[in-house]
Amino acid sequence: MLLNQFLLLSAMLFCIGVYGVLARKNGVLVLMSIELILNAVNINLVAFGALTDDVGGEVFALFTIAVAAAEVGIGLAIVLLIYRNRRSIDLSEIDLMKG
Amino acid sequence: MLAGIAPMFGAAEFVRPAIDWHAAAPELTLLGFGALITMIDIGWLERARRIAAPLTSLALLTTMVPIITLALDGNDRSMFNGGFVVDDYSLIMKATFVLAGYVVVLMSTNYIAEGDYWENEYYGLLLSSILGMILMASARDLISIFVALELLSIPAYMLATWRKRDLKSNEAGLKYYLMGVFASAVMLYGMSLLYGSAGSTLLVDINDAVSALASPSAVVVIGIIFVVVGFAFKVSAFPFHTWAPDAYEGSPTPVTAFISVASKAAGFVALMNLLFVGFLGRDDIFEPLMWALAAASMTAGNLMALRQTNIVRLLAYSGVAQAGYMLAPLAVAGTVPDKALTASVTYLVIYAAMNLGAFAVVIAVARKTRSAEISDYRGLFHYAPGLTVAMTIFLFSLAGIPPLGGWLAKFRVMEAVIEADTASGLVLGIFVAVNSVIALYYYARIGFSMWAEDAPDGDLTPVNVPLSLGVALALTAVITIAMGVVPGDVVGRFTEVSLLAGG
Repeated sequence: MLLNQFLLLSAMLFCIGVYGVLARKNGVLVLMSIELILNAVNINLVAFGALTDDVGGEVFALFTIAVAAAEVGIGLAIVLLIYRNRRSIDLSEIDLMKG
Repeated sequence: MLAGIAPMFGAAEFVRPAIDWHAAAPELTLLGFGALITMIDIGWLERARRIAAPLTSLALLTTMVPIITLALDGNDRSMFNGGFVVDDYSLIMKATFVLAGYVVVLMSTNYIAEGDYWENEYYGLLLSSILGMILMASARDLISIFVALELLSIPAYMLATWRKRDLKSNEAGLKYYLMGVFASAVMLYGMSLLYGSAGSTLLVDINDAVSALASPSAVVVIGIIFVVVGFAFKVSAFPFHTWAPDAYEGSPTPVTAFISVASKAAGFVALMNLLFVGFLGRDDIFEPLMWALAAASMTAGNLMALRQTNIVRLLAYSGVAQAGYMLAPLAVAGTVPDKALTASVTYLVIYAAMNLGAFAVVIAVARKTRSAEISDYRGLFHYAPGLTVAMTIFLFSLAGIPPLGGWLAKFRVMEAVIEADTASGLVLGIFVAVNSVIALYYYARIGFSMWAEDAPDGDLTPVNVPLSLGVALALTAVITIAMGVVPGDVVGRFTEVSLLAGG
């Protein structure tokens, strides 16, 4: 099986996701970048699962999808809360505490 | 559906796994009570507020019953091919989580009721977070470790943001959430690579696969590093600690106590499960990693704590340093596994008691001063002598002064790193010793201003400590002192644990 292509794709998605988390200032875009990393994980899991003929990988991917949905639900709620209180979701402006 | 998939993978016919209900009883009890509190909240709304806190306390105390019966029974139990394990290590950690949760409930009762926050949901989320932690103590499988991690983290993100209108609380929640989710995503990527190299999600199988290699493949190295880094965020080890001070300062203080103790301990439990069951054969990779994290955490944490003026931020940075001490035995885990496990478990249990106690005093003092600045602790002895004595005990225990519990914890760590008898272990021992001296300076500085200086503005009205907070203080103080005073053999009966690999 052509495992390499899947792993390369997932590594690229992972790198784009990490870049997005570190470089983006918009709260929603950071959440989307985290989703990219999680999808890179899912590609890895499914590709490895298919390679070794083990359902564990697919099951793990299903768990990741379900938990990621819950995570993003909380994340959007927090970003919405911040938008209501500050009228902005620019992460670089959120710096009340330092030191 | 299953019939369709099974032939594709050549899987055998589905066999229902045997379930040991006694082994799962602590989790099921907590789950039942958590569901009950949520249902009561939905049905009774505001009328349920009065019973939420007592019911949560009852839930946690009831959960102790199956933990104690399992401990008395004494048999190691294992389910799902070794994916869920009950051994003495997991039982002592479960008991720690449940008791720490109970103390947090005692600390929250008046804080949450008087602050006009949502109460029923608060306790429901607290219980579900504790459920994740006790599940983590038994998890020996990548999937259950991941699910337990998210079950304990997601409610904690919400609890950190609990003061909805407060910009600082929003900021605390956002920073905690973004760092936590990013860390768990990186950790998942590492887990997917480990799953790929072992072909199984069970930690025992992963250990077999990674130790079989003469020299580790790049996939295994990256996998282990990413997984460890993911949990380094959770335990707030340097340089992955950046969220901690802000999240601690902005969150409601009982939640801060919960995050800094229970959530950190759960991160350590996961790390220990992974290192001792999953990666033990690959100590050539994780030992240097742990060494660097431990040395950097204690040094950087202590140096940054020196210049803090807010006691919560100071405790956050001292927590980074304490994480360093707890990581130190793991850096020699491959050489002296039993000693290292005992040292880390002892430190975790004692750290839980003393740090919760310190936060209980912070909550009590803030009831009068409405602030967490260290300058407001001046002259505390003149109007709150009891609180001053308690705070002194907790701070000196954190510093590691005999005969308090923190001293025994540091002693066990030193014992482990010296017993390893390697050059790196000895250097780490020197790091621990030097850092203990640095830490003593800022802990003692608070002690000095409490005992020797005058109260600001000569305001000597006493601090009103409600009953539940007083019980929390007494409980943590007694444990902190007892751990140091009681002979080591007695403490060792609880903390000298072995870890069942599974199977």
